[in-house]
Amino acid sequence: MTEAADISTEKIWLLLQEVTDPEVPVLSVTDLGIIRQVMVQEDGTVELVITPTYSGCPAMDMIRTNIRLALLEQGFKKVNITTVLSPAWTTDWMSEAGKEKLKAYGIAPPTARQSVCHPNLFQREEAISCPRCNSYNTHMISEFGSTACKALYRCEECREPFDYFKCH
Amino acid sequence: MHNRQALIDYTLHLADNSLILGHRNSEWTGYGPVLEQDIAISNIALDLIGQARNFYQYASGLINQGDAGARAGSRAAEVTEDSLAYLRDAWDFKNCLLAEQDNGDWAKTILRQFFFSAWQFYLYGELQQCENSELAAVGEKALKETTYHLRWSSEWMIRLGDGTEESHARMVGALDELWKFTGELFMPSRYEQQLIGEGILPDLSLLRNKWDEKVKEIFAQANLSIPEGTGGVSPWMQSGGKEGRHTEQLGYILAEMQFLQRAYPGCEW
Repeated sequence: MTEAADISTEKIWLLLQEVTDPEVPVLSVTDLGIIRQVMVQEDGTVELVITPTYSGCPAMDMIRTNIRLALLEQGFKKVNITTVLSPAWTTDWMSEAGKEKLKAYGIAPPTARQSVCHPNLFQREEAISCPRCNSYNTHMISEFGSTACKALYRCEECREPFDYFKCH
Repeated sequence: MHNRQALIDYTLHLADNSLILGHRNSEWTGYGPVLEQDIAISNIALDLIGQARNFYQYASGLINQGDAGARAGSRAAEVTEDSLAYLRDAWDFKNCLLAEQDNGDWAKTILRQFFFSAWQFYLYGELQQCENSELAAVGEKALKETTYHLRWSSEWMIRLGDGTEESHARMVGALDELWKFTGELFMPSRYEQQLIGEGILPDLSLLRNKWDEKVKEIFAQANLSIPEGTGGVSPWMQSGGKEGRHTEQLGYILAEMQFLQRAYPGCEW
């Protein structure tokens, strides 16, 4: 790779930090960990590899469009975006900064190690800290929430319901 | 590639299963028994339709590659994920009959989802290790979601089956209606036989054993009995969906699902 391409790649990673998830607007696509690769060809074509969070995530089409627009504004006219499914996205790829932003936004970030991604029933609920008062005295209302990536919880201390970005 | 047609048919079969069941589940949106479960079933619908899209995208690529020569010079349009979903007729759909059965009450919807998710759970587990890297990737991605669906539907099986007299009776009623459609999940179609023969797909009888064990485990906790004549395929099991011979239910789904694209071709919003 040429030096110019190196500089462009770095610039693109920075630009991508400004492209946000339309459903969780505090997170950028780099915070989410869905950008798997950035490459710039000799002729200036940008090659991006992205991966969806969930198979049916309705935000993916919009995210692709927003990435194109953000790059176009900075003069990157030819952008190829390839979607790959494997290896499958995991919340482990979310940045620490992203987790902090989620919490500040009122969504409990995913716990460090997934403990519920197996089919056993009525498992002990994950201990999720309330993003408002930090109490662990919380209770799951439903493991399906307002978007595919979230579950619904309630804090028994401050009595507020909250979203939990579930482990995946 | 001599097995190309079998691969296309099989990919469409997986896509159609997810799309049709996803569409059925989406009929609950706005009508769920309580808000949280309305959201849950709608989320499951979304996951399934997303899986269907991934399979349709792969299938359309395969179809277009093969047709490229035939299409050169003609104005025939390329196949897309949308044309596969919206512009094929009932006899082209290869979903299992179980997927298209109507929602009925909450018990029937739960039972249909449980049978299906248990099957998808073991199928995707195998698929993610299969030789075909595209199918393996979709399977790997979908498995995590399916794990949620299986756990959610299993818990509801137990709540209803081992719940009140009324909920138990409804579960038994649902079982009467749906059991006869479970055999087809494990009866290999022509294209599955071909792909199994070529080592691309796992032997479906392996899935059957795991599925049977799962159903036994959950039924025991849900206070439900497995109907007589199981273990192997009962003669009264219904089949045909994988080969495009459907129950009357599918036509009604397509009439609603495809209306807009039929009336306003290419419409977007």
